Amino acid sequence: MPPSAAEAAAVAVTRFGLGARPGEIERVAADPRGWLEAQVTPGGAPNPAGRFVASAERMQQLLAYRAEAAATPATDAAMTPGSAMAQESAMGDPAAEAALAARRDSRRDMTLDTAREFLARAQMGATTEAGFAERWALFWANAFTTSATKFQSAVFMGPYEREAIRPHVFGKFEDLAVAAEQHPAMLLYLDQAQSVGPNSQAGQRRNAGLNENLAREILELHTVGADGGYSQADVTEFARALTGWSTPTPRDQAPGDPGMAGGNPAGQGRRARAIRAAMAGEPGENAFVFRPVVHEPGARTVLGRTYAPGGREQGEAVLRDLARRPETARRLARKLAVHFTVDDPPPALIDTLEAAWTRSDGDLAAVARTLIAAPEAWSPRPVKMKTPYDFIISTHRALGSSPARVQPLQQALISMGQPAFSAPSPEGWPDTAADWAGPDALVKRLDWARAVADLAAPAADPNAVAAGALGARLGERTRQFVARAESRPEALTLFLMSPEFQRR
Amino acid sequence: MTRSFSIHRRLLMGAALGGVSLAFAGRASAREAGRRKLVVIIARGAMDGLSVVVPHGDADYVPLRGSLAVAAPGQAGGALDLGGGFGLHPALAGLHALHEAGQMRYAPAVAIPVRVRSHFDAQDVLENGGEGLRQQDDGWLNRALVAAGGPSGLSIGAQTPLILRGAAATSSWSPGGQVTGQDRIAALLQDLYVEDPLLGNSLARGLETDAMAMTVGGGTPLRRNDVNGLGQAVARLMTGEQGADVVALSVDGWDTHARQNAQLQIRLTGLDQVVGGLREGLGEQWADTVVVIATEFGRTARANGTQGTDHGTASALLLAGGALKPGGLIGDWPTLADNRLFEGRDLAPTLDVRSVFKGVLRDHLGVDRAALDARVFPGSAAEAPALDGLV
Repeated sequence: MPPSAAEAAAVAVTRFGLGARPGEIERVAADPRGWLEAQVTPGGAPNPAGRFVASAERMQQLLAYRAEAAATPATDAAMTPGSAMAQESAMGDPAAEAALAARRDSRRDMTLDTAREFLARAQMGATTEAGFAERWALFWANAFTTSATKFQSAVFMGPYEREAIRPHVFGKFEDLAVAAEQHPAMLLYLDQAQSVGPNSQAGQRRNAGLNENLAREILELHTVGADGGYSQADVTEFARALTGWSTPTPRDQAPGDPGMAGGNPAGQGRRARAIRAAMAGEPGENAFVFRPVVHEPGARTVLGRTYAPGGREQGEAVLRDLARRPETARRLARKLAVHFTVDDPPPALIDTLEAAWTRSDGDLAAVARTLIAAPEAWSPRPVKMKTPYDFIISTHRALGSSPARVQPLQQALISMGQPAFSAPSPEGWPDTAADWAGPDALVKRLDWARAVADLAAPAADPNAVAAGALGARLGERTRQFVARAESRPEALTLFLMSPEFQRR
Repeated sequence: MTRSFSIHRRLLMGAALGGVSLAFAGRASAREAGRRKLVVIIARGAMDGLSVVVPHGDADYVPLRGSLAVAAPGQAGGALDLGGGFGLHPALAGLHALHEAGQMRYAPAVAIPVRVRSHFDAQDVLENGGEGLRQQDDGWLNRALVAAGGPSGLSIGAQTPLILRGAAATSSWSPGGQVTGQDRIAALLQDLYVEDPLLGNSLARGLETDAMAMTVGGGTPLRRNDVNGLGQAVARLMTGEQGADVVALSVDGWDTHARQNAQLQIRLTGLDQVVGGLREGLGEQWADTVVVIATEFGRTARANGTQGTDHGTASALLLAGGALKPGGLIGDWPTLADNRLFEGRDLAPTLDVRSVFKGVLRDHLGVDRAALDARVFPGSAAEAPALDGLV
């Protein structure tokens, strides 16, 4: 049964989007589909508001920090402020203490900046008028997961979403894939930056070698999938093709450049300059560097296709071919259906999305429009469990508020199992009710909902909040529970924890 | 799945209608069985077995590993001697002391039955107990709960891991809850969730577990990074009348593609402290406890170019606990000789990890052999018979 007009408006805002702000459902009611389609724009999804550094600048900060680190040998554990180890290792040596403090400050500045950008993203989520574009962008950031679980990739999380993901989410999938895989966040998260072709000039000179982590995850998680029919030999060949994809090092800097490690006079010599020239690669966008001296020479064969000897473009050609394979279309059509509709989506919906993908040669705008047009996506029944992030953002939207500080936001996300920017593995955040509705997770959602309800209650009419946030998707049972609650905080808690609001 | 789904649904409905009290249904029969305790720790990310159970007596170890090799016992930073050419990583001092007391055993070269190098595929197989990829939707530890006639299960963390998902209702916990099951809101929500049994049952069990943790722990908040304290808190949830019998928890961060030595030092120290916390917290119950530490696969025999190792095949499995039979080594050592390496690059498995799991389930939890072969680990009867003499 097709949804009523009122139901369609509620579905557009609460399922496709991030949840309704007060009055939003009424505003889109005239043309819910048109409201969604208008968010599919060639420029991609909007960036969070605020001034944040680009990758190139962040890379300079990271290199400077590493130079400080080289001058103050200490383990990562020593960098946790207040840790016993940090104090012991620098105790009694004023110079060492000062150096350690400087290093800690650099690290803290980058970490704070990343947290600030996470907050800006959450604030945009809480207030944007284009909730579908934002969810679509976050879906692709998760499909190409990088994570703050590693310090080096953590400091690039903000630039990564801004530079590699958001501009490309309504473009060709293969362009998105290239932008994501060549971003420092990814190159550092999956160890590609250090991979060296054993037979490359650099590989023959020193004891360094191949790291196949990125190649494997591209195959398994970003394109064709684990059952995509590739072998260990394909992984290794792809890893060889990707050698040279890297990030800047202190050696790439011109002498005297800020951010260069040390002021070693020997670094000015002719021989040193020659080595530096050979090591430095072509600079690319977003602090990507192709380093010819570590690229494994020779032709490569991946999934039966042979790629001529080359440089940066060799790995890129393999990646583009993988991005265009039918297994990739199928896998991502399914992933999209699971994310935007139900944990076990109807095969017909997957078929429809896959067909749109294939027909448009991976045009993500066409795929988005197909999802919007799919009847299976418009059932008014609330089914899909929200992630903790979406639960928190939609709560702010329902209350017409926005997160003001990052610390409580991060605490809430940690307790519910989804710490900021910190997917537990390259597979990204999980996406089913079994993953998010465990006993402990629900207890933590209830704890948070009660705290929020206590704060919001004086200024909120719970009945209006529930009606405004869910529109025609507010069920009679929940409506009555909210109306009959003994206090405003209780009413708001019941609404926030209701099946209709926990799901979408 | 149809049959188990209907059982699941009935259980969930029962719990939803009856409020929070059914959360630990089935505990009575577990008590009759003698309150055996089992903790399964999954080291996610592929723990490097060659650094955990160090084969310092194997002549190929140091040449393959170079600077990643752990020194032999007696040398500076050397392994802790296990005898027979093996040593334990120096960060595992607590587990080594248990070994000396006959309460720690090690299998140096186990693997799951499928040869894959994807973390996620391999973790799925390790946890769902299938003989191939994507064959089961639930976890073997959950099926073992059913087969053992009702010991109670608990997982640590906001998300229930696959190993403990399935027909038997289990609980989960992590430090920090504030709402109690006695609160009015808890009863109201049970009522509100009458048509959403997943949410209703899940919340009921979460609240009950939290109430337990508060009772036995006195409500002392756990400090971040206090791994020993976490082990003790988990142990508290396992003791007393209401205690969980079977616990699954995960320790992350083992994917050491680069700078492996420093990372392993931190991870293994944490692992050692978790086990130490469990032992301290379980007190007398430690005598009835088995702790299993397993990972999805091992890492390459050779160091890679970035002071780390890549995805491999066999890895080490550790058992600890007062219920173990003394014995040390489990299974054979394949050696690191060039012609013995799996595909010329990985430590070759000599033992199917399911054999160890089955041996523990049979001799510790009393799961009968037919159930193990037919339901808990389908298709494993011939390929992975239960290992004798562990417990």
